[in-house]
Amino acid sequence: MWATKWVAKPLVFAACLAPALYLALGAFGVLGLSLGADPVKYMLHACGLWALRFLFITLLMTPLRDVTHSVFWLRFRRMFGLFAFFYVLLHLTVYIVLDQSGQIGALWQDVLKRPYITIGMLALLMLIPLAVTSTAKMQRRLGRRWTKLHQLIYVIAVLGVWHFWWQVKKDIREPLVYACILAALLSYRLLKRRKMTIAARATR
Amino acid sequence: MRGAWPDTTKIVPSDITPYEKYCSRRTLLAGGLGLAAAGLSGLMRSAQAQTATGAALTYTPNAQYSVTDTPNSFKDISTYNNYYEFGTDKSDPSENAQKFQTRPWTLFIGGECEAPGTFALEDILKPHPLEERIYRMRCVEAWSMIVPWVGFPLADLIKRFKPTSKAKYVEFKTLMDPKQMPGERGSVLDWPYTEGLRMDEAMHPLTFMTVGLYGKVLPNQNGAPLRLITPWKYGFKGVKAIVSMRFVERMPVTTWARSAPSEYGFYANVNPAVDHPRWSQATERHIGGSLFDQRRPTLPFNGYANQVASLYAGMNLKTYF
Repeated sequence: MWATKWVAKPLVFAACLAPALYLALGAFGVLGLSLGADPVKYMLHACGLWALRFLFITLLMTPLRDVTHSVFWLRFRRMFGLFAFFYVLLHLTVYIVLDQSGQIGALWQDVLKRPYITIGMLALLMLIPLAVTSTAKMQRRLGRRWTKLHQLIYVIAVLGVWHFWWQVKKDIREPLVYACILAALLSYRLLKRRKMTIAARATR
Repeated sequence: MRGAWPDTTKIVPSDITPYEKYCSRRTLLAGGLGLAAAGLSGLMRSAQAQTATGAALTYTPNAQYSVTDTPNSFKDISTYNNYYEFGTDKSDPSENAQKFQTRPWTLFIGGECEAPGTFALEDILKPHPLEERIYRMRCVEAWSMIVPWVGFPLADLIKRFKPTSKAKYVEFKTLMDPKQMPGERGSVLDWPYTEGLRMDEAMHPLTFMTVGLYGKVLPNQNGAPLRLITPWKYGFKGVKAIVSMRFVERMPVTTWARSAPSEYGFYANVNPAVDHPRWSQATERHIGGSLFDQRRPTLPFNGYANQVASLYAGMNLKTYF
């Protein structure tokens, strides 16, 4: 317990920040790092991908618990979820501040006019209540409703992958990989639920 | 003719000299005089040219068809571009095209013309003095660059082959060689890459057959040995590593139009008023600026409206995008 709180968690926290640190250093050419010819696009893409990856990591904790029969993994779930939110916010910030030069009007038009941005924005907005209610206190206060509310993550992840898929010009191989990973994470839950219903029926 | 060629497997870089030799016969605006005339941007450009890797070409700068903006760095131009034959990432072409063989190279020119045939690239290039043109380049993905190309007007080449009255379009094809071009082993697009121009577009003085960049032989990843540049159109019109040029009566089905007909048209003229179905074409990000540079407004026909808008008089550009 002590080791998790004071060693494992800080280490994981630092590792989760590494992509953001890399982007910050690369953007300003520190340590000879570079984000290539179009750094804004690179940052936009990287933040979006890391948001998706952290959503997937968050969704991986429950299967890991089941397989290893250890609740150790669940101690990190909130942190991963919040990092997904962090990278989504960074993604939006890069989009507004660097890509659109702070023109909120253009953003609003994009949200209304471009379906892939509409669903991306929707996913971001749905993450807000999850982040707000992520504390232990809120979890206690909301009880069963908390579980219900946090099932929104499934919808968010689907919207996120969809958002990624839709903005690719032609080569869908990368979003396809993400879609497959998500499909695996979601089908695990469906299968588990089915198994549990069958087991419940059997014991009745 | 074919038998006269050297064994391709034994070609070493120094064997390509005949082409360079041909180039050296051309007039060159070299030395102090040329640089002074070109001014400061010329000086900066020559500094960039030194970082360019290919063999030097002999050419004349053509100010009439050049913009005055500072060109992007050789590095940006040669490491950030689309060339799906070598991969779909912007950095793939520069990583995967280094061993691409551009000599010997043959070009088929045929269809509706009086003098069709298959020619060695050297014979195709021989009569054409090279010039440098600094063109705007606007990608359909809403980014842009300024590029100093070296080449010659396509019109001059076309005239040599005497197209007949049936020739309404020109169709270009890229080399099909999955062994050398890893992207062609997949099915991201229909290979070989096919592009086309209406005859009047092909004959327009801005339409440029390109063999060089920054005064040197075109890097493989930028379309060597021969590519098309139409600066008022989106970049994907610029078919690379051309092996075939046919004069045809019907509008060719181009690769991107076949792949997604609602997103990419035959004309592909740069037009801020006609959005891509999934993103806006109203503005562009100029490559090579600072992190906090604003997007620039995209200009109709990429800033070449004065020269080319008349080609499309009376056409609905929303329909013929």
